[in-house]
Amino acid sequence: MLTPATAHQTAGPYWHMIDFPEWADLLRAGSGNEGVEGERITLTGRITDGDGAPVVDGLVEIWQAGPDGRYDGAFHGFGRCATDAEGRFRFATLKPGAVPGRGNAIQAPHIAIAVFARGLMRHVVTRAYFAGEALNATDPVLGLVEEARRGTLLAQPSGGGAWTLDIRLQGDGETVFLDV
Amino acid sequence: MSDAIPYRALDAATQPPLDAPAYGSTRKRHPKHPLLRIPQTLTETSAPRFDEAGYPVQADMSQVGGKAALGERIIVGGRITDEDGRPQAGVMVEVWQANASGRYHHPRDQHDAPLDPNFEGRARIFTDADGRYSFVSIRPGAYPWRNHHNAWRPVHIHFGLHGAGFAQRMITQMYFPGDPLLDLDPIFHATPDKAARERLVSKFDLDLTKPEWALGYRFDMVLRGRDATPFETQ
Repeated sequence: MLTPATAHQTAGPYWHMIDFPEWADLLRAGSGNEGVEGERITLTGRITDGDGAPVVDGLVEIWQAGPDGRYDGAFHGFGRCATDAEGRFRFATLKPGAVPGRGNAIQAPHIAIAVFARGLMRHVVTRAYFAGEALNATDPVLGLVEEARRGTLLAQPSGGGAWTLDIRLQGDGETVFLDV
Repeated sequence: MSDAIPYRALDAATQPPLDAPAYGSTRKRHPKHPLLRIPQTLTETSAPRFDEAGYPVQADMSQVGGKAALGERIIVGGRITDEDGRPQAGVMVEVWQANASGRYHHPRDQHDAPLDPNFEGRARIFTDADGRYSFVSIRPGAYPWRNHHNAWRPVHIHFGLHGAGFAQRMITQMYFPGDPLLDLDPIFHATPDKAARERLVSKFDLDLTKPEWALGYRFDMVLRGRDATPFETQ
């Protein structure tokens, strides 16, 4: 007989007891990723609420493929970062490659993002794509997003491998969150 | 290549909604747009690999450096399965909680209750081949919060689970049987289905209880199962 999945409950304001700040650097010594070849990038963003106020107690996790487009390859694409007093998070990683989609589809390079926080009963999930990437035009997930809101999933470059994607939980410019 | 088998959709009645007005912090933090349903891809059906070599086990919260924490020692254990009852092996379980006085070892917790130098309040364990886990801790205390007048959180332990798929990622809370605060808690009550709420309440377990040492509480958890329906490729 089927037992439904356990109910999620909020991570609350004190989840930092499981914060290990070094996990935000996927290229840190001892990560196992040091020897993997690829393009070094940072992914930074600010999380705000419906009033535009910073979410200062957020837990951000990322999951991404390696530069080879594999989730089970040499690169371990998991990171965790606490938001700071301005609601900011920052990950250091390698740019993921294109990933197989369903059927014969190809997904544009992207990083899956999960946000947990006080006031979020369950984490919300979104993706960071890379603005200007040719494969974005045919990405099967981006294609499901109405054009007016697609920009909320597009990280913007600011040079030197730095990419920025702000996350708005509610209100004007609300991020597209995915039901996965 | 063959497509990864997606996870079954969550049953809304058995999950808390993101918009839960009685829990004030959801007001400005829940998305107003409906979540966009997407077909699961490898991104959702794969997950980080964690192992004990890179993520050391810490299964005893009841002491620090051999010095015992204050409070009632407890053993918490259970089994993690998927919705079809299959044991989930190698799940990394992260645990955190308040001390016996109801205070977290956390700079933002300013509750007027004593900290305990011998209680850090966090653990990390992995499930075995049969999906079982256990750890030793101290029964946490209830603590006040500012959600409404005279609001107190029921005694609880936070659990974070990393399964075999990013779509299975879950953070939840375990409660204790017979806690009078459960009836008053808007977080607990946000989940509409009564049976689903009751599954968040651990059970006293004499088999887990160790004579002359500690009471045992059993808390089983269920991760999303794979969808049996074959996916039609375009």
